[in-house]
Amino acid sequence: MSSSNSVEGSYSKRCAACKHLRRRCAEDCVLAPYFPATHPERFECVHKIFGAGNVARMLKTLPVQERAQAADSLSAEAYWRVRDPVYGSTGIVIQTNQEISATQCELAKIRAQISMYEARRASEQQPPPPPAVLPQQQGPLGPQESMPMFEPNDPFNFLN
Amino acid sequence: MGGNTPCASCKLLRRRCAKECIFAPYFPPEDPHKFAIVHKVFGASNVSKMLQDLPVHQRADAVSSLVYEANARMRDPVYGCVGAISYLQHQVSQLQMQLAVAQAEILCFQMQQQDSSSPSMAQKECSHKSSL
Repeated sequence: MSSSNSVEGSYSKRCAACKHLRRRCAEDCVLAPYFPATHPERFECVHKIFGAGNVARMLKTLPVQERAQAADSLSAEAYWRVRDPVYGSTGIVIQTNQEISATQCELAKIRAQISMYEARRASEQQPPPPPAVLPQQQGPLGPQESMPMFEPNDPFNFLN
Repeated sequence: MGGNTPCASCKLLRRRCAKECIFAPYFPPEDPHKFAIVHKVFGASNVSKMLQDLPVHQRADAVSSLVYEANARMRDPVYGCVGAISYLQHQVSQLQMQLAVAQAEILCFQMQQQDSSSPSMAQKECSHKSSL
């Protein structure tokens, strides 16, 4: 009776991985700290995509202090792969890259507008050059009024 | 691919490459590294199940993304692809901050323009009223 109780006791302490795999959960089970029995879906996801053996092997190759982060990132990738069986977490990478391109484009447009405003403000703050005094020219048509100067650098006449 | 030259997966797994081998179209024998890396991270049987669950026209993209993720995991055994996503999301945040600053600057310019044009508008209104 007591032995069956102790067996039941040890079974109840199994991690999600060993419960799912229906095996005894050893005291040094590498998966137990990261796949507790309270979250069985986390292990099921990871097992479906990577396989318990691969996950255990990957965690064993890492120093203990890095295993929690590795288990979390594997769980995240497995979750994204289950949600999107074609692109998985690569789909998130593609989406984020597209977001970056769109934001860079928007930023470049706004910066170009800012440059235009700054150029206009700078030209408005400059005192206008004194008008050139030219002798009136008399041609066959009579005295000619001076024509406004066409400034090749100021085609929209910002300076006047 | 089936009869004569086994695909990269059947070569690595040392088995006969059947005519309807699910891996053969995506893991040619000329690139053994591609399957080796996917097998190391995901396992051949898991990859086979994933491909079987997909329609044929989506399998090539699925393989490409699995190869990408397997490579990311080999380069960074702790964070894998998630590390790349974190980095990119950080870039997005930085760019969005820069965008917000630039948009605020534009608003300032536009408000300044409105302020400088409104006195002349007031003058025009005044002269119109006086002519009446």
